[in-house]
Amino acid sequence: MIPLNWYLLLGASLFLIGVIGFFVKHNIIALLLSVEIMLSAVNLTFVAFSSQRGEISGQVFVFFVLVVAAAEAAVGLALVIAIFRNRESLNVDRSNLLRW
Amino acid sequence: MIAYFASPEFAVLLAKMIIILGGVLGALAYTSLVERRVIAFVQMRPGPNRVGPFGLLQPIADGLKFLFKEQTVPANANILLYYLAPIAAMIPALLSFSVIPFGPDLIIADLDVSLLFIFAVTSLGVYGIVLGGWSSNSKYPLMGAMRSSAQMLSYELSLTLSVVGVLMIANTVSLSQIVTSQQGYWFGVVPRWNIFVQPIAFLVYLISGIAETNRLPFDLAESEQELVAGWHTEYSGMKFAMFMLAEYANMVTVSALATILFFGGWSGPVFGPQWLQMALPTAWFLLKIAAFMLLYIVLRATVPRFRYDQLMRFGWKFLLPASLANILFTSFLAALS
Amino acid sequence: MIEFLFLFFAAIAVGAAVNVLAQKHVLYSALSLILMLTAMSALFVLLEAEFLAVINVIVYAGAIMVLFVFVIMLLNLPRDENGDRLRWLKFVGIPMGVFFLLLIGRTLWTAAGGEPAQPRITGSAAVIGSSLFTDYVLPFELTSLLILIALIGAVVFAKKDL
Repeated sequence: MIPLNWYLLLGASLFLIGVIGFFVKHNIIALLLSVEIMLSAVNLTFVAFSSQRGEISGQVFVFFVLVVAAAEAAVGLALVIAIFRNRESLNVDRSNLLRW
Repeated sequence: MIAYFASPEFAVLLAKMIIILGGVLGALAYTSLVERRVIAFVQMRPGPNRVGPFGLLQPIADGLKFLFKEQTVPANANILLYYLAPIAAMIPALLSFSVIPFGPDLIIADLDVSLLFIFAVTSLGVYGIVLGGWSSNSKYPLMGAMRSSAQMLSYELSLTLSVVGVLMIANTVSLSQIVTSQQGYWFGVVPRWNIFVQPIAFLVYLISGIAETNRLPFDLAESEQELVAGWHTEYSGMKFAMFMLAEYANMVTVSALATILFFGGWSGPVFGPQWLQMALPTAWFLLKIAAFMLLYIVLRATVPRFRYDQLMRFGWKFLLPASLANILFTSFLAALS
Repeated sequence: MIEFLFLFFAAIAVGAAVNVLAQKHVLYSALSLILMLTAMSALFVLLEAEFLAVINVIVYAGAIMVLFVFVIMLLNLPRDENGDRLRWLKFVGIPMGVFFLLLIGRTLWTAAGGEPAQPRITGSAAVIGSSLFTDYVLPFELTSLLILIALIGAVVFAKKDL
C-alpha cells in the first residue's frame, strides 16, 4: 500500500513545476502546456483523495476538470492562431500593447 | 517480487504472450502475401508465386530485403523524430493485442475496461503518422500526414459512439464479458450475436474502422496518384517495414474488434475430443478475423477512393449523426424492455 | 512491488514535466507532456481508478495534445528566440520554487492521512456512471453547454474572416 502523502507530495511537485513553467517561459503555447501540467497535478490529488476516503466524488470531479481542460485548450489554441496571424511572433512579451 | 517471476502463473503468462504475439507477428507478415495474391487474382494476374511453393517464402524474402536496404535520411530532417515515428506507430498497434480474447482463457491481460483501452491505444496511433510526416521535412509527407491525422480524428468519434449500443446490451466494457454475453442461441438455432440486434452500428463501425486504418476507399492520405506515398514517402528499409506492419496490425485489431463486438468472438459450435474442444474457439475466432481481412483486401482491389472533402463530409455529416441516432434508438428500446 | 511501480512512474512524470520546461523547441515540450500524461494514467491505475486512466489517455493525450501538436506544426515556428523576459528570472524563480516545495512538502509529509477507508472502491465505469447521472447530473449537462460554447468560440477565433 502506498501512503497518501507520497501521492500528495508528487502532486505538489508537479503543480510547482507547472507554476515555474508559467512564470519562466515566454512562448504562449509553452504557457498553455504549463497550465495543463498544473491541471494534471490537481487531477492526481483528487484521485488520491478519492481512493483514500472511499468516495467516488473525487473521480467524478476529475471528469469535469478534464472537460474544462479540453475546452480551455481549444479556445486557447484558436486565440494563439489569431495572435500569430496578427503579430508573426508567439513571444508573450510582444503582446503588451495594453500595458501601462 | 522476485517470487512472482519464478511462480507457475508467470510461466503461463509468458507462454500466452509468446503464442499470441508470435502468432500475430507471423500472421502480419503473411497478410502482405495474401493481399498481393488476392489483388492479383482480382486483376487476373498470378501475383508473387516464384519464391517457394505458391510464393509462401515471399514475406521472408521481403524481410531480408528490408534489412539490407540503404538507410537514407532526407536533408534537414529532424533526426530524433524521424527515427521515433515508426516506433511510435508500432507500439500502439501491437499493444492492442494484449487485451483481445483469442479464446476462453487465451488472453494476456483481462482488464475490466479493455474496450476503452483499445480505443485509448488507437488514439495514440495518430502520433506515429503526424511525427513521421512532419519530421521528413518534405511537402508530400506533410500534406499526407495532416490529412491522415485529421481523417483519423474525425472517424474516431463515430467509431467510439457506434459501439455504445453494444455496451448497453452487454452492460459491460470488458471484451471477454462481451464475448460471454453472446453465448447461447435464440430459438435454438440462431446464435445470440449482436449483429442481429445492432446492424446499423455494425455498418457504422466497419466503415469507421476502415477509415481509421487509412485503407481504400479512405486512403487519400497515402494514395499513389496524389501524394507519392503519403506520410511514409521518405522512409525506406526497416522503418518502412515497421509502418507497414503497424498498418496491418491496425487492420487486424479492427477486424478482431468487429468479430468480438458483433459476431460473438470465439463462440461457435464446439465438438469432439478434449484437445479439439480447447482449440476450436480460437480456430473460430481466427476464421472470422480472416473473413474480415479478406473483405478489407477485396475492398482495396475493387473500390475507387473518396476525395478528401467527400471523406470529411461523410464522416461528420453522415456517420456521426447515424451513430448518435443508433444510441438514442437503442437506449429507448433498452429502457422499454 | 507496488512501491517500485509508483517510484518508476513518478520519476517518469516528474522527469517529463521538467523536460517540458527545459526544451527550447515547443514541439519537444508537447511530446514530453504526452509522456507525462501516460505516466499519470499509470498512476491512476495504481490508485484503482482504471476508467479515469483510460479516459485520461483518450481525451487528454489522444485528443487535446493532438490539437497542440497540430497547431505547433501548422504555425511552423523556428527555434525559440530569446525574448525580452528577464534573464535572471529562472535563476531566482527556481530556487524560490524549490524552497516553497520543501515548505509545503514538510507539511504534507507529516500530516496524518488516517487509515484508508474500507470498503475500497474501484473506479469502474459503472460506479462513476451511476454517480455522474444521479448526484452530479446538473454539472454534467452544464459541461455539454460549456463544450458547445468552446466549439463555437474556437471556430470563430480561428477563422480568417468572419
